[in-house]
Amino acid sequence: MAVVLDKSHRWRVVLAHIAIIGFICLIMFPFLMIFSISIRPGNFATGSIIPQTISLEHWALAFGYSYQGPDGGLMEPQFPVLLWLWNSVKVALLSAFIGVVLSTTCAYAFARMQFMFKKSMMNGLLLIQMFPTVLALVAIYTIFDRIGSYVPWLGIESHGGLILAYTGGIAVHIWTIKGYFETIPVEIEEAAKVDGATAFQSFRYVILPMIVPILMVVFLLAFISGINEYPVASILLKSTDNLTLAVGVKNYLYPQKYLWGDFAAAAILSGLPITIVFLFAQKWMISGLTAGGVKG
Amino acid sequence: MSRSLEKIGQQLVSAVVVLFGLYVVAKIYMAGQFIVALACLAVLASGVFVYTSSRAYSYRYLFPGLMATLVFVVFPIVYTFAISFTNYSSRNLLTLERATQYFLEQTYTVEGGQSYAFTLHRDGRAFRVRLEDEQGAVFVSPPLALYKGPIIIEAQVPAAGEAPLGEPVDTKTLISYLPNLKLVSFQLPNGHLLSVTGLRQYGAVSKLYKANADGSLTNQQDHSVLTPNKKTGFFETSSGEQLTPGYTTQVGWSQYTKIFSDVSFSEPFFRIFVWTVTFAGLTVLFAFSVGIVLAVLMEWEALRGRAFYQTMFFIPYTVPAFISILIFKGLFNQNTGEINQILEMLFGLHLSWFSTPFLAKSMLLIVNTWLGFPYMMVVSMGLIKAIPTDLYEASAIAGAGPLTNFFRITLPLIVKPIMPLLIASFAFNFNNVMLIMLLTGGRPDFLDTKVPAGSTDLLVSFTYRIAFEDSGANFGLAAAISTVLFLMVMVLSLINMRLTKVNAQEAR
Repeated sequence: MAVVLDKSHRWRVVLAHIAIIGFICLIMFPFLMIFSISIRPGNFATGSIIPQTISLEHWALAFGYSYQGPDGGLMEPQFPVLLWLWNSVKVALLSAFIGVVLSTTCAYAFARMQFMFKKSMMNGLLLIQMFPTVLALVAIYTIFDRIGSYVPWLGIESHGGLILAYTGGIAVHIWTIKGYFETIPVEIEEAAKVDGATAFQSFRYVILPMIVPILMVVFLLAFISGINEYPVASILLKSTDNLTLAVGVKNYLYPQKYLWGDFAAAAILSGLPITIVFLFAQKWMISGLTAGGVKG
Repeated sequence: MSRSLEKIGQQLVSAVVVLFGLYVVAKIYMAGQFIVALACLAVLASGVFVYTSSRAYSYRYLFPGLMATLVFVVFPIVYTFAISFTNYSSRNLLTLERATQYFLEQTYTVEGGQSYAFTLHRDGRAFRVRLEDEQGAVFVSPPLALYKGPIIIEAQVPAAGEAPLGEPVDTKTLISYLPNLKLVSFQLPNGHLLSVTGLRQYGAVSKLYKANADGSLTNQQDHSVLTPNKKTGFFETSSGEQLTPGYTTQVGWSQYTKIFSDVSFSEPFFRIFVWTVTFAGLTVLFAFSVGIVLAVLMEWEALRGRAFYQTMFFIPYTVPAFISILIFKGLFNQNTGEINQILEMLFGLHLSWFSTPFLAKSMLLIVNTWLGFPYMMVVSMGLIKAIPTDLYEASAIAGAGPLTNFFRITLPLIVKPIMPLLIASFAFNFNNVMLIMLLTGGRPDFLDTKVPAGSTDLLVSFTYRIAFEDSGANFGLAAAISTVLFLMVMVLSLINMRLTKVNAQEAR
């Protein structure tokens, strides 16, 4: 920008840096605190923000090892954090996979084909994807309760049921993938047709390999929302070994049994891998979010 | 050759799929779920049509996605509407048939009836029961699985040449099978019905109720009549006393009239509604304000290290929300929390974040702004990039400062395209049940309301509490509130779609 800069400009830059660094300290404060708490002995605040003695007891418990307390007593892990993490990852991976598989061909048809009711179906999908699942919790609970009395592995307290319930995010996926299909020129399929490919062959062998990137994005978004989902999991899962991370970790902070230090270690242990995945996928996520995300 | 083989293979697979589908439908029908079976049959039939008819070619692509949307999204919504017109709750859980069946299974011990000592004997993997009355007459049951009941078995006098039963099982085994035995009744050759009355005793019992043709039940003991009341969903005696379990019945609009005209209910509902709107609105306002200021800074070319800053700002968004919310819950803790420690150290303040309504609300807004600003920043950055730079050059020539630039150029140009996202964010936070449930649980509760409701409850968390936390588990009422919320979200969504459309047209 070829604009003459006045003297105050440099000061403004310095001020901005200071303000930004101050703000970063502020927003990072919870993470710094939680780290310090996780290496501080005991489950209660002992008066100092920066720990004087470092203890790995909470970490040992988080990894599932027992630990000898200061009074010589045996401290055993209260909750299976790693199992919860595994449950979360399992449910999120499977539901994301099912969601992508079910939505891909549908998105293709919406982007490329002509059929009856296309316009109204698309508007319907757009409207549906704005509805939050929380509002159907009662129905979801009842449905899975009923299913469970005939097919136990799809009922309440089953991961199968939870995976099915998460498939409800499919309308958003269809919308996102459809947008990507529209950026691919139609000429590519026409060329395939000229070479003698059937409609399905041109989809399967020509178009599908080209849209792998958006499928990855959608998969990742579905995975993330699966990991982060709380309300549905909290009504479908009850027993400790079945919980996903999102519903499990809150058990550390019951007023009657307040395990602040143990929570800190468990939160870092389980949250860090997820956070790394998110950060790693940051660029993809942003493109997917701005394309039509509802989260805020 | 291989082509035709492939075709045969395909046909075989589809035949298997269709047959399996029909088997499932038959199973569901036999389980007594007529409507569900019909719906499954419709799905199956449309599937067969779509994948065989050449006219429906494009629907072959649509089928998986559309069916999934219908089953997993539309059906739960419609089902919610349906539940909202019933009294479905923990007191009215069963269907009328199941409730009637429950009453018909009730028995009472016949006064002055014989009692029978019994022993349980293993017979291979099955069990046999030996009954002996006070006069020494012996009856023996056929081999029983003892898996589930209820069931009525005929017990016979053992035949003369029959091999004697083995040793009776020990007490521990007997106790472990007692719940199963309780479901088994024995019919003696003389017509007497026996049920377990003690650990080693069967007694003569009789069915307590007899079904009448009009659906009412007659008590065999005192000859009173129970009539099912279609309005309340309970079997009632002539004096109007309700007997549990109740059954689910249609109650029309009464759940809705309860929300809007029952004062003990509509008053907290309205209070919560006001807070819900305030919460969602302020969250969007705060998150957007922080987000756009940061976005403007991140687009300022004179600033070095912007990529690093940007990553740092994005971190709150990448940490799973359920973890950061709980971290805040601990940090804000009134007695042991680190935030209160610091405040006490610096200003001598001791704030009760969780028990003062105003502080609890402020805490929610602080946490939610922290969670939401990175998204607003990223979105605003994209939009700021699209503003032509010559606008800023012109304003620099006119001698305008950064504040003027922000309020006269950046903000006005951004407001319109970002509006749909702000509305979507408003709608999301309107229903942000996770934040409330994990941070405050809706508390501190109002002291002056009959229904459990809290000053930080959003309408959804209020619904959640009615359905899943309150001991009443009033699903019907929760579904009715959900339906009202559906309509509100629908209005928001329609406004949003209209705005998006207008924006898209202007961009052309």
